[in-house]
Amino acid sequence: MNKQTKRILTAAFVLFVGIIVLTGWYLSRHTIPVLEPAGPIAQKERNLMVFGVLLSVVVVVPVFTLLGAIAWRYRESNHRAKYSPDLEGNRILETIWWCIPTAIIAVLAVVIWRSSYALDPFKSLSSSKPTLHVQVVALDWKWLFIYPNQNVASVSEAAIPVNTPVDFEITSDTVMTSFWAPQLSGQMYAMPGMETQQNLEASKLGSFNGWAANISGSGFAGMTFKIKSMSDAGFSTWVASAKHSKRDLNASTYAVLARPSSYVPPSYYASVTPTLYDTIMLKYMMPISGNTVPVSTEAYQ
Amino acid sequence: MNALFAFDLLGRLGWNQFPTNPIEMGGAAAIVLGLLFVLGVITYLKRWKWLWKEWLTTQDPKRIGVMYIIVALVMLLRGGGDAALMRVQQSISVGNNHGILSASHFQQIASAHGVIMIFFVAMGLMFGIINLVLPLQIGARDVAFPFLNATSFWLFFAGMALVNASLVVGDFSAAGWLAYPPLSELRYSPTVGVDYWIWSLQVAGVGSLLSGINFMVTILKMRAPGMSLMKMPMFAWSVLGSMSLVAFAFPILTVTLALLALDRTIGTHFFTGGAGGNAMMYVNLIWAWGHPEVYILVLPAFGIWSEVVSTFSRKKLFGYTTMVWAIWTIVLLSFTVWLHHFFTMGAGADVNGFFGIMTAVIAIPTGVKIFNWLFTMYRGRISFKTPMMWFMAFVVIFTIGGVAGVLMSVPAIDYQVHNSLFLVAHFHMMIVGGVVFGYFAALTYWFPKIFGFRLHEGFGRLAFWFWSVGFLTAFVPLYILGLMGATRRLDNYSASLGWQPLFIVAGIGVALIGIGVAFQVVQLVVSIWQRDQRRDLTGDPWNGRSLEWSVPSPAPFYNFIKQPVVTVRDQFWADKQSGKKPMQEYEDIMLPKNSGLSVVIAGCAFLFAWGMVWHMYWLSLLMIFGIIITLVVRSMNPEPEYRLTAHEVEKLENARKRQLKTYEANV
Repeated sequence: MNKQTKRILTAAFVLFVGIIVLTGWYLSRHTIPVLEPAGPIAQKERNLMVFGVLLSVVVVVPVFTLLGAIAWRYRESNHRAKYSPDLEGNRILETIWWCIPTAIIAVLAVVIWRSSYALDPFKSLSSSKPTLHVQVVALDWKWLFIYPNQNVASVSEAAIPVNTPVDFEITSDTVMTSFWAPQLSGQMYAMPGMETQQNLEASKLGSFNGWAANISGSGFAGMTFKIKSMSDAGFSTWVASAKHSKRDLNASTYAVLARPSSYVPPSYYASVTPTLYDTIMLKYMMPISGNTVPVSTEAYQ
Repeated sequence: MNALFAFDLLGRLGWNQFPTNPIEMGGAAAIVLGLLFVLGVITYLKRWKWLWKEWLTTQDPKRIGVMYIIVALVMLLRGGGDAALMRVQQSISVGNNHGILSASHFQQIASAHGVIMIFFVAMGLMFGIINLVLPLQIGARDVAFPFLNATSFWLFFAGMALVNASLVVGDFSAAGWLAYPPLSELRYSPTVGVDYWIWSLQVAGVGSLLSGINFMVTILKMRAPGMSLMKMPMFAWSVLGSMSLVAFAFPILTVTLALLALDRTIGTHFFTGGAGGNAMMYVNLIWAWGHPEVYILVLPAFGIWSEVVSTFSRKKLFGYTTMVWAIWTIVLLSFTVWLHHFFTMGAGADVNGFFGIMTAVIAIPTGVKIFNWLFTMYRGRISFKTPMMWFMAFVVIFTIGGVAGVLMSVPAIDYQVHNSLFLVAHFHMMIVGGVVFGYFAALTYWFPKIFGFRLHEGFGRLAFWFWSVGFLTAFVPLYILGLMGATRRLDNYSASLGWQPLFIVAGIGVALIGIGVAFQVVQLVVSIWQRDQRRDLTGDPWNGRSLEWSVPSPAPFYNFIKQPVVTVRDQFWADKQSGKKPMQEYEDIMLPKNSGLSVVIAGCAFLFAWGMVWHMYWLSLLMIFGIIITLVVRSMNPEPEYRLTAHEVEKLENARKRQLKTYEANV
């Protein structure tokens, strides 16, 4: 290695370390939701990710080492290195590198299969506490949360009691989008006429950011929400204060709510017409006379 | 429905369809002025007749290839401009500041960026390079169906023209590059944007399908005598794999787009809720095409790497048979993984588990290919010219992107990064690092064969460094942003999230890539300027191995004086080792005549699509008849070929040799 090469390599190394340190410092001051889970589902998903990265290192390190070493050793100017222009294969070596990735992928396959069942978003979580049911409706461009058993509803904010399994039943009364609160769980599509589920649980108190993760029209960037994890008492207070709201959620107030709007601040409904969620679902099922409720389309024209 | 039968001269077209805001007007002006400038220059230089005779009507695959590449590079500038606008918006649109673009305009730009980069840059470069290289490599004078080949190019051109017309009149789709319904249905996207999207892809897609069939037949039927399949260069193998995928996957795209068009035009309900339709069917269909599409793009790039690594290591490709098996494993598997694009649609554990495992399995043949390339370098004499530098960057970027890909093959991990910028970073690392870098390497590598002189190495290196460093700067922050919760296609976000500095870094990366692109332009200009000093006099500038290097540079339009006979792999290398000279006897050569009918068909296709977009159904109907009549006229042509006599070939060859002497004297 000549002097100039050495100097360039040193500079590159210093720059690299500098960038790592700077990035680390920056990230330590901000939340990285996917890596900072606040519940068991997100925790397991994070752990899987760490496992996956470690497994990949088994391949990546040899590949990068080989690439660097071979490129350096067999460079054109190095006449001491052996040159075998007719070397065209080696059955043993080739068998080895069919086998190494196969073995790694075999391990991964087991992990994929088992984790697909273990972390199936539709699977209800076992707990001594009863599951809280929350119906989620994606609207243009905000999230509506209906609490059928508590008979309240909220927009852009969902409260859940800590250490309690929650079943979000998700649909959409507009286009398809995706329900995602990464500190609690991965995302699940919200689709008209379909019900998907996301079971999750919060193990920490706090307010967690949620996003609409699939493009759904011009207001989509403002379609954010918060999930607030509270003590049981806190949750009861939240429900009680929602009940003090002056508004009820019925067909007419729902029609107003469903009009396109974005960056919608949290609001609450003191009661909910019990059939509302089913009506929303049925609207997009096979045509049954009388239930083709038209959604306001004026904003799209 | 009634509109379909009404004679409505202008359909939906009106003055209100022209842009009014400054940025959109800038885009429109750039297109219009650019077009006027090009037309003006051609008129000023009185080159119309030359252009028509030598280029527009040509059926020489090398010239068609050059036209593909020119269009693709211009579109790279357009798509890159879109990328730059998005990064500027995302760097400043924080909290109450909503930046320079409206949400809908931002979403149009994001959608156009994806569509243009995949369909008109990556596909264009791919078909361009295949046209340039493939017939030469297999010792053929032409492709199997030259007229069809020219028609494919012009359909690609028509699709490109339609996408860009949306900048001037009307708007473009704001529904993302794959336009999922219900968002892309008439109710939620009532303007012409989605129709532009549908019809430009439909026209270009038919062109791609025809090309796929054409090259498959070319490889299977037109190889030089003695070149059995297992003696083909690896690039030819990879093209055969890719084109088989085209032939099977593109019909799915055509049908899917047609169903969406029916929904939007005559009110069917294939993908709408509420009348028995199902948007999930669309998502499945579009990815049943979309995933193979990724491999359509990457397989030829893999073939290019095999050629580049072997040539620049001056060594046989390691593990030829294994490479062939790896290609076909990938071809087969690529049809079994489409569901990994929507693990989050709630398919259930067994379905997700199956598709997750199939996805991970693709990493096996891909890994094998990487090891084989590394061992092709092993005990070689590696010359680090620009194509080889691109290869080094490819391995690094593709491996990092591949790790992210393997992570996402685990459905439970995918739930957390799907639709986020983590995913965006992943597929850019695969498609830019894997595909585009490969095509750049190919352009440098085969440039002398087509134009007769080499590209400037110094500017090539500068371009490489700015591209690679800029690329990492632009996309590594996106991995972090994805983990921080940033989803794709956001035109605004809250300041409290702390995303802004990372978006700014990513924007700096895009600027660095921009400098890289500028150096590529400079490289091209300087190389043309200095072409007399850069002539490739031998026809074999890199000490190559396959048949294309056995003919002079630039390759004559008839490719070979006499079709070569093949006995071994790397025939040309073997000939050089044994001192065998190419045969110098002349023979009559049959070549396709030029034909303007391809341009006519594509012109009709453009107007047909235009009529469909703007609901000028009379125009579309007329153009269907136009296409049918053109095809009939073409079929009636009794002599689509002409004979280039041995005597004429000899005269051409002698002229070339005299020219070569003057070049040699200049050097």
